[in-house]
This record gives sequence, structure tokens and C-alpha cells, in this order.
Amino acid sequence: MTPSTVAFRAILAKDLRAELRTLQSLPAMALFAVTTFVIFRFGLDRTSLSGSLASGVLWATLLFAAILGINRLFVSEREEGGFDAIRLAPIDRTALFAAKAAALLVYLLVLEAIVVPVFAIFFLDSAAALPPLAVLLLLADLGLAATGTLISSMAVHSRARDLLVPLVLLPLVVPLMIAATGASEPLLEMGGPSYERFGTWLAVLGLYDLVFLLVGYAVFDFLLED
Amino acid sequence: MTPFGSGLRALSLATVAMLALALSLTFFYAPLDADQGFVQKIFYLHVPLAIVALLGFIAGGVFAVLHLRSGDSRWDAYSYVSIHMSVIFGVAVLVTGSIWAKASWGHWWVWDEPTLVSFLIVFLMYATYYPFRYAIEDRERQARYASVFAVTAGAFVPLNFMAVRLAESLVHPRVFATTGGGLPGEMMLTFLVSLAAMGLLWVTLVKFELTAKSASGQLKRLRRALDAPAPGGTSRVAPEVS
Repeated sequence: MTPSTVAFRAILAKDLRAELRTLQSLPAMALFAVTTFVIFRFGLDRTSLSGSLASGVLWATLLFAAILGINRLFVSEREEGGFDAIRLAPIDRTALFAAKAAALLVYLLVLEAIVVPVFAIFFLDSAAALPPLAVLLLLADLGLAATGTLISSMAVHSRARDLLVPLVLLPLVVPLMIAATGASEPLLEMGGPSYERFGTWLAVLGLYDLVFLLVGYAVFDFLLED
Repeated sequence: MTPFGSGLRALSLATVAMLALALSLTFFYAPLDADQGFVQKIFYLHVPLAIVALLGFIAGGVFAVLHLRSGDSRWDAYSYVSIHMSVIFGVAVLVTGSIWAKASWGHWWVWDEPTLVSFLIVFLMYATYYPFRYAIEDRERQARYASVFAVTAGAFVPLNFMAVRLAESLVHPRVFATTGGGLPGEMMLTFLVSLAAMGLLWVTLVKFELTAKSASGQLKRLRRALDAPAPGGTSRVAPEVS
């Protein structure tokens, strides 16, 4: 193993262990998402959802829940001096970006493993759309992990951290949301999933992931200078 | 000596002349559009503004890359002013686009129009540049993070145009496509002159802002040297230019 992979594994394991012991982010994210579903049930006055309404409610809720976790992603590093330690250690700084993005990806996947079944129980007639939806969720999470990690690592050094993450991240993930909702709308249609333009949207999601993982990889060094 | 100010007078005169030429061509030379009539004249304002604003955002990203690679704060000033000017042009694009939409489709805003929606999203993205930049206190860090933002947003622009275009139907007035493989000669000439005029206007305003920033930076340094506090405390007008 190269030093970078060792560092990557160590930071990722540290993050997951810290989350497991303190439970700072995940329970809050899950609770927020479920409560938002309840609010949508009354806000829209529907007891079942399908098509564009279902995909809109699902993705908007997941995005906002994700922002809660993204806000907190680097707080411990800043408060406990993690950034200084990384700067002192003779490792590639990109390992921190990769590890944090991987940790965020794990959070999002766990969140969705809890929340999407709840969504299906609350609003959907059948679970037939869930397997293809899982593919979409994985690709969208990857993009969200890349952009979220990048923005969070910058916002944590500002005066207005909690304000900046949603402010900057929301416009940045608009293309991701367009592709994700576009693909899941026919999946969630009444009378079984259909795969209209599914491949096109998957390609857009993949391209988004690729571009922002590369951008994150390229610029992350500059965020840890000084 | 202020290198930002050199040639500013000649550039300003050229811009005024070019703008006057573009407007006269628009109103007295270009033929009326058979389909939309007089309203179509806003095309010579709206489209060049939009093209220049988008190119300005790209320029901001390129300057940001130069800043990150060299660490020279001058490039950060270029990047900041480019984005700043393009956001201002962006407001004009949205307003003129809205007027054109009202006149030719009957609504101030049309959602199934990919170019309009893409531009709005890009505009919203770059509008967050200011709160983002000013929330970071350390000057050097602020410049670096702003450059990272500009690079990220630069990568976002083409992706966004692609995603929005895939999501919407195509009803934009295709001025270039509907008239049989391009604009007729007079319209094309007017359009190109308007584009050049808007480009010159952008460059002139960018140079003016850089000159003003550099002058106020020098003034601040002189005050500091004389040990006199600046009136009204520290300014938040970033970035300082040497």
C-alpha cells in the first residue's frame, strides 16, 4: 500500500468510528428526512405519490438532508486541529479529500437505506422502482459527495459556514438534480417503472461525477495551503 | 504609475464609437424581422450581452487558474473583476430576455426554454460568489478560495447547459436556424458589430474597475504610511490591487 492509501484508510476509518460513537450527523439527517416526508404529505395533501411529484419530493428531501451532513463534515477537523495534523503529516493532501468524500458517500448511502424504504412505505404503491432507483442514488451520491466535500472544506473556514454550504451547493447541484429527477420520474410512474431516457440521464450523472471528482482532486491542494 | 489605466482613454472612445455604430446599425440599417417585427431588435442587445457575460465567466475561471498556479494576487483581481462585471451584464441579460419573452411569447418568464433557464442557473451560481468570498476573512485564503470557486463554477457552466437542454423542449426563437442556415447579411453584420461593441464595453468597464481598485489600494497604502486612519474604518472592497 502506498502512503496515500494508508492515510485514506486511516482518515476514513477515523471518521466512520467517530460518527458511530457520537452519532452527530446520521440520526439528525434521517429524522429530518422522515419529518419532511410528513410535511409533504400535508403540504401536498396526498397520501400516495407517483411520477414527477414522487421524484421531486424524494430528491428535494434527500438533498436537504444531505446538506445537514455536509455542513458538519469538516467541523471536527477544524475544531480539533485535524487540518494542522494533515498539513504536518508527510502525506498527499488529496487523501483527505478522498477520505472525506468517501465518508460522506457512506453517510448518504446509509441515510438512503433508511429513508428510501420509508418513502416507499409512505407514498408508493409498489417497490418495483427501488432496484433501478438504487443505481441512480449511488451515482447521484457520488456527485454530491464530490461537490459537497469541496464546498464544505471551504465553508468551514468562513464566518458563515451554515449559510454558505446551502447557498453555494444548491446551484452547483442543479444539473445533478435535473438528471436524477428526470431519470426517476418515469421509474416512479403509476403502473410500474418505465426506463424512458434512463441511459441518457445515467450518462449525465456519470459525467457530472467524473468532472467534479477531477475538479476536487485538482484544486484540493490549494485549500490546505498555509 | 498605474498600468491598469494605460490606454483607458483611447479604449473608452473606441467603445463609445462602437456602441453608437451598433445602435445606428440596429435601428437604421438592419431589416425588420418578418416574423417578430420591431421587437426582434432587442436581439442585437440581448444575445451579445449574453455571449459576453458567459465569456466573462470563462475568463474569470481562466484568471483563477493563473492565480492558483502563480500565486500572483493580480490574477485574482482580474478574476474577481471579470466575474463581477459578468454578473452585472447577467442582470441585463435576464431583464432584456424577459422583455423579449413577454413581447414574443406573451409571458415574462418561460420555463420550457433551455437557454433562458440555463442562464438563470449560471447567474444564480455566480451570484453566490460574493457572499462566499466575503465570508472568508483572511485575505490570502479569501483570494485562493475565490479562485477555487471560479474554477469549479467554470466546470459547472457547460454541464449545466447540457443538463437543462436535455430536460426541456426546444422553443427558443432560433434566429440563426430559422432564416435558412443563418442570418441575412445585413442582420449578421449588425449582430457582429453589436457583439464587438458589447465586448469592448465589457473590457472597458473591467479596466475602469481595476484602475479604481488599484487607485484606492494605493491611497490606502499612502494613508497607512502617513499613519492616518482611513475614514470609515477598513473597506470591504476586495481584492486590493497593487
